[in-house]
Parts: sequence; C-alpha cells; structure tokens
Amino acid sequence: MIWKKSTIGKCALGAALLVPATAFAEDTGVSQGVFVANNVWMMVCTAFVFIMHLGFASVETGLTRAKNTTNILFKNVFVICSGLLTYYICGFNLMYPGDFNGYFGFAGFGLDPGADGNTALYADGGYTYWTDFIFQGMFAATCATIVSGAVAERIKLSAFMIFALVFVAIIYPIAGSWKWGGGWLDAMGFYDFAGSTLVHSVGGWGALVGAWMLGGRLGKFGPEGRLTPIPGSNMPLAAIGVFLLWLGWFGFNGGSVLSADPELTSLVLVTTCLAAAAGGLGAMISYNFVSTKPDLSMALNGILAGLVGVTAGADVFSPISAILIGAIAGCLVVGSVIMFDRIRIDDPVGAISVHLTCGIWGTLAVGIFSENPDHSFLTQLIGVGAYAAFTLVCVLSLFAILNATIGIRVPEEDEVEGLDVSEHGMRAYDLHTSGTSLDAPLGLGRS
Amino acid sequence: MKKIEAIIKPFKLEEVKEALTKEGIVGMTVSEVKGFGRQRGHSELYRGAEYVVDFLPKVKIEILLAEDKVTAAAEVITNAASTGRIGDGKIFILPVDDVVRIRTGERGETAI
Repeated sequence: MIWKKSTIGKCALGAALLVPATAFAEDTGVSQGVFVANNVWMMVCTAFVFIMHLGFASVETGLTRAKNTTNILFKNVFVICSGLLTYYICGFNLMYPGDFNGYFGFAGFGLDPGADGNTALYADGGYTYWTDFIFQGMFAATCATIVSGAVAERIKLSAFMIFALVFVAIIYPIAGSWKWGGGWLDAMGFYDFAGSTLVHSVGGWGALVGAWMLGGRLGKFGPEGRLTPIPGSNMPLAAIGVFLLWLGWFGFNGGSVLSADPELTSLVLVTTCLAAAAGGLGAMISYNFVSTKPDLSMALNGILAGLVGVTAGADVFSPISAILIGAIAGCLVVGSVIMFDRIRIDDPVGAISVHLTCGIWGTLAVGIFSENPDHSFLTQLIGVGAYAAFTLVCVLSLFAILNATIGIRVPEEDEVEGLDVSEHGMRAYDLHTSGTSLDAPLGLGRS
Repeated sequence: MKKIEAIIKPFKLEEVKEALTKEGIVGMTVSEVKGFGRQRGHSELYRGAEYVVDFLPKVKIEILLAEDKVTAAAEVITNAASTGRIGDGKIFILPVDDVVRIRTGERGETAI
C-alpha cells in the first residue's frame, strides 16, 4: 500500500501534537496545543505590526507635498529593510542581553535560539525564539519611521539613512533593554506594556531633535511670527494610512500580551480600539475651539494619539479608563500641533505631537489609571525622564555629528525643486514629462 | 474675423456651451486657468494655521467667429455665465489675422 505524502504528513503532525503533550505539561504547564496557538497568534501579530509600515508610508505621503513623495517613500523603505537587518545583526541582542548589569548588555552578534529556543520552555510557551526576534524586529523599525515624518521635505537623504541605522541598531535597543530586556527600569517597577515610552516617546524625542535642528521648511515661518501652512498632497492616502495603522495596532498591542491569553488579548483589543475612537473624537471636539470647520488631518492625528496613549497600559486599563486616556490624548495632540507651530518647530505630519506628547501622556497615565497597584506615577515619571535624557543625549550628538560632517539639510534650490528630483532624479507622479509619451505629450498625465 | 476669450466660473461651462450651441456656434477650445480680479481670494485653515487662496480656478473659453456674430455671442455668454455675484468673469474680444483648417488647408472665414 502506498501512503500519500499528505496522509503521512497529517499523521506525523497529529503524532507530534499528541506525543510531547504530557512531557510539556510537566515541564512548563503549557500543552503543545496551547504553545502552538500562542505562537500562531504572535506570528499573526507580527504581520499586523508590519502593516504599520504601510500605514506610515501612506500617512507621510498624504500629508506632504507631491514633489517629495519618492523621497518620503524611499526613507520608509530604507528604514524597514535596514532596521530588520540591523536588528538581526545586533539589535535584538542589545535589547535582550539576558543577564546583564541593567544598563548595557550584549548577547552577541547574530541570532542563536539555543537548545530550548523553539520549545515551550523559551517563553513560558508563549512563542518561539524566532517569533520573538521577528515580532520585536517589526517594532524596532517603527521607531525610526516616526522620525522620518517630522524631518520630511528637507532632510538630506544620506544623513537620514545614517541616523536611522544608528537609531534602530543601537539607541533604540539599549533604551528598550532597560524595560523589556529586564533592565534597571524594569527592576524599579516601571511599566510600558507595548511601547508608548520605548517606541513612541523614543521616536518622538528623535523627531523633536531632528525637526528642531533642521529648522522649518522654506516658506513655513515668516517674520513677525507669520505662519504659512503647507498642506499635504493626498488626503485619501493619509486617511487610509491612519486606518492601516489602527489595524496594525491590533497586533502591536494584541501581541504585546506575549501569548494568546484569551482574557488579556481580548481586553487589550477593546482598550486599544476604544482609545483610538475616543482620541479621534477628542481631537474633533477640541479642534472645534480653533475653527468650526472640522480638519480631517487633526481627526486622523487624534486617532493615532489615542492609540499611542493607551499603548503603555492597554492590558491594565479598564475600558472606561481607556476612553478617558484616548480622549485626553486627542485633546493633547491638537494643542501640541498648534504649540509646536507657535514655537516654530516644523512637523509636517504631526509626528512629535502624536508620538512624543501622547507617548509621555500614555506612560504617565499608567501611574494614574492602572488596575495594578504596583504601578506608581512617580516610577512612570522617572521612566519618562530617563528615556528623555538618554534619547536626547544620543540623538543630539548623532545629529550634531552629521550636521558638522555631511550636513543634514538639503540646499535651498533642492528643497524648492523637490527632493524627488534633487535627491532621486525621479518623480513620484507625472513621470512622463519628456514629451515622448503618446498619451501625455506635455506630461499632463491625468486627462 | 474675431476671437472671443471668455473667463468664466468653472461650473458655468456646461450652461455656456449649451447656449452657444443653440446660437449656432459649435467650435471652442476650453482650458482650466486660475486668476482673480477685484474679487481677490478667500482664506482657508489647515491644522490651525490660516492661509489665503488668491488664485481661484476659472475656465477659459476661446472661440473664433465672423465679425457679425460677435455681439450676439458675447450676449449669449454673458447671460449664461452670470450668477450676479462677484467673480463671474470677463469677455475679451480680439482681432484675428487669419484662420487655417489643418485638414483641408482652407483659409479665412470658411475655415472657422
């Protein structure tokens, strides 16, 4: 009798699921079935976090000018590609050094699952070593993407690429090790469930320094406090981008439970979505005091603000707390956008307001609203301060060195012409401008 | 022969075209332009910051006519394009030296 390959495969899988079950149950209390379920959830969440890169690409494209679209997208593409690779080379092991002094540790270059890495022994049956790496790797890249929005339309591509490399490979992982890697802030009781502090505020500080050091885009700030807005080029894309980011957050927060625990994961999805909704509405209502004509981009920022705000404690907030935190974040982001314009820091997409302002708010909110009595406002405040100090010192130095060596801002003529043409020699739209296209002889592609 | 250039509000184009067709004038060239007269622009708000939009979208219609048709055509356009509000537009009447039909090579009024 010849057995079909698929039948043999199914038997083997069945056997694999059944046989070690008893052994695992004794070692870890987690059955093979639960381990598989946990790991599958974590891998699905990894894919959701990856979707955030689609979201960022769309939002940044939508809120900036068409003449810079290729440049924005190229930066986003570079960040995810280089970020994952550097996380493989050293980032993961800087962030999770194992036993270390709490401030800096390194578990070696490259990856090594070890004997137990891909068994239920690795993370209490929550996920495998490989899943751990790739899930965290997706987070790492989002950190630099936050910066790319704030420095858009005038940063030199080479300077940004070097910055992003160092930021994701070294600065972010070391900062992350202090809490998620079991470092000194973790020992102190500081809490950041899914990264309001570690990802969003760290990215936010980077964005702030970048935008400040670069100065505003040409034409944005005039004499005597004059402010000229520079509208984005594609509102549909911006809106789609925010919805994609919200979708990504299902995995960003859902996966930060680090297992498929039914109660926690479902609670987290609830708090996350309620905060997003409250953030959107909070922004709409507070912007109404600025103008009675609702601004779509502010509402979109509001949704993101709510998401960032809840991220520090989505698993320790009640639904009603999540709504309050989201609503406050929505109000904060509106005020913050207007404030940064007033103090002449140009942030084309509102990245600093969404990620830094609301990242700090989310971190502190844990100290106010957490259902866990071990969390304290003071510890959260110390965490905010520590990350501020560390990130500011690192990023200021990095940008200062780049500015002194290769320069960080493009020349005026390049900025006026658009970075697509000056940095890339190609456009994102109206690509047929040479007159050889039979359909669009003048390059006026849309007929 | 004369050329009429009419700058009108964009949403009035269909009405003007129908009115001209009824009058027997069937050829025209249309382009999207921007401009302002004494109307100036209006201000808009983006993320809390105000900016003035000076150049407003308009449509320019260009028509070639025999001289005796000009007055009637201008009246037709004026009636169809008017809303009574500021920014309705203007009509310019220019002299034309010659016209050529590319397909046949005809010149002059028969080429209109």
